[in-house]
Amino acid sequence: MQIKLGKENLHSEFVKLIERISGEELANCYQCGNCTGGCPVSYAMDFGPREIIRLLQLGQEDVVKKANSMWLCVGCLQCYCRCPKGVSAAKILEALRQITLRKGEDHEAIKEVPFPFLKNAPQQAIVCGFRKFVS
Amino acid sequence: MKIPYYPGCTLNTVAKGFDTSARHSAVLLGFELKDLDQWNCCGAAFPLTPDNVMGLTAPAKVLSNARKEGDTVTTLCSVCYNVLKRTNKVVRDDKEKRAVINGFIEEEYDGSLNVIHFLEVLRDKIGFDNVKKAVKRPLKGIKAGAYYGCMLLRPFEDMGIDNAEAPTIFEDLLKSLGCEPVEFPNKIECCGAHLAMGNEDVVTKLSGNVLSSAKNKGAEIIVTSCPLCQYNLEKSQQRLAEGAGNLQMPILYFTQLLGLALGQDEGSLGLDKNLFDVRPVLKGKGV
Ligand code: SF4
Ligand code: SF4
Ligand code: SF4
Ligand code: SF4
Repeated sequence: MQIKLGKENLHSEFVKLIERISGEELANCYQCGNCTGGCPVSYAMDFGPREIIRLLQLGQEDVVKKANSMWLCVGCLQCYCRCPKGVSAAKILEALRQITLRKGEDHEAIKEVPFPFLKNAPQQAIVCGFRKFVS
Repeated sequence: MKIPYYPGCTLNTVAKGFDTSARHSAVLLGFELKDLDQWNCCGAAFPLTPDNVMGLTAPAKVLSNARKEGDTVTTLCSVCYNVLKRTNKVVRDDKEKRAVINGFIEEEYDGSLNVIHFLEVLRDKIGFDNVKKAVKRPLKGIKAGAYYGCMLLRPFEDMGIDNAEAPTIFEDLLKSLGCEPVEFPNKIECCGAHLAMGNEDVVTKLSGNVLSSAKNKGAEIIVTSCPLCQYNLEKSQQRLAEGAGNLQMPILYFTQLLGLALGQDEGSLGLDKNLFDVRPVLKGKGV
């Protein structure tokens, strides 16, 4: 992968927005990888939590936005609990989701959620799924 | 003793057995779970971004209503517990957010409620020793894996129910019921949670890891405090059975096991609703 670095992406509006919404300072992460090590879904992510943070530190908005990582994060908080710097990758990934959802762009189409799931699943799964995937 | 109780939407519907088994157990232990007069869904997810105050209004309304009935509220679902306890802390400690939330829900709530999980009621208000004394049908020899999942424990500084990396509250309860708790590596790992909506493959993998981790350590049943964990662990077994494995591992709410041990009538525990029946396991052990 080729990444173009420049002042404009290191201090981009997008990175500032992520920091504002998540309340996290991206520079605090020193890339130890404990978060990815503890993350149960990193195996399925295009980029694990450590890489997402690195890409954001480098201002790589497009790469991060295209990655499936934010939609796979289950919010289990293992990343945060094991981070020696107190950084919450969970909050950063939630900020990424929020940026999409707050524009009214849904990740899941409600119409396509299968009926048996809506009928049988615990309410909490449906309520939580809507909050994470639907604007 | 009456303890104000927040059932939450799931225990009122698909996880009815979790609710009824807890209510009956409470009576057998000498106290009563008293439903809050007024309650609404907590929202099922604590908003992770601190700028999302809107997501705190529903749980804050629950807390504010609960405070009118006493200084404590208890709940059974790990997620309800997580959302209510964390929201309560925000209202208590963050004056600015408190003002916004109160303005929105038209209440004057100050965060002075004590949110406790039913497990904490058993440990701290009743005492596991007294639970043990009340056991009529010791679950001798049943090897049970205590599955904590995420929401009961994390983040530690907000939840504080037990050590976040090596909790024992569940195992301690199981021991008082006569079970043999089985320690297994994935007991605090996630089951896949809300990915059940739209991403079953990941849930099957994560829940599958929990199941095989427990099975490999000799567990015959798994015990949980979260209806979504229960659902994911059951459904994943069904999906795995269509492929390679066939585990048939009963997944019980801890209150169902508690009810059994206290001598509750099996019909009132909601055991029929579980996909994999625990009764053959009990029978096999002569319990
Ligand atoms: S654990 Fe913390 S410091 Fe280490 S890579 Fe992850 S976020 Fe960065
Ligand atoms: S909260 Fe998300 S990023 Fe963090 S460990 Fe869990 S799944 Fe991974
Ligand atoms: S966590 Fe769930 S079950 Fe519990 S009240 Fe909230 S949404 Fe409903
Ligand atoms: S284990 Fe799964 S359902 Fe249970 S609390 Fe964690 S995420 Fe929720």
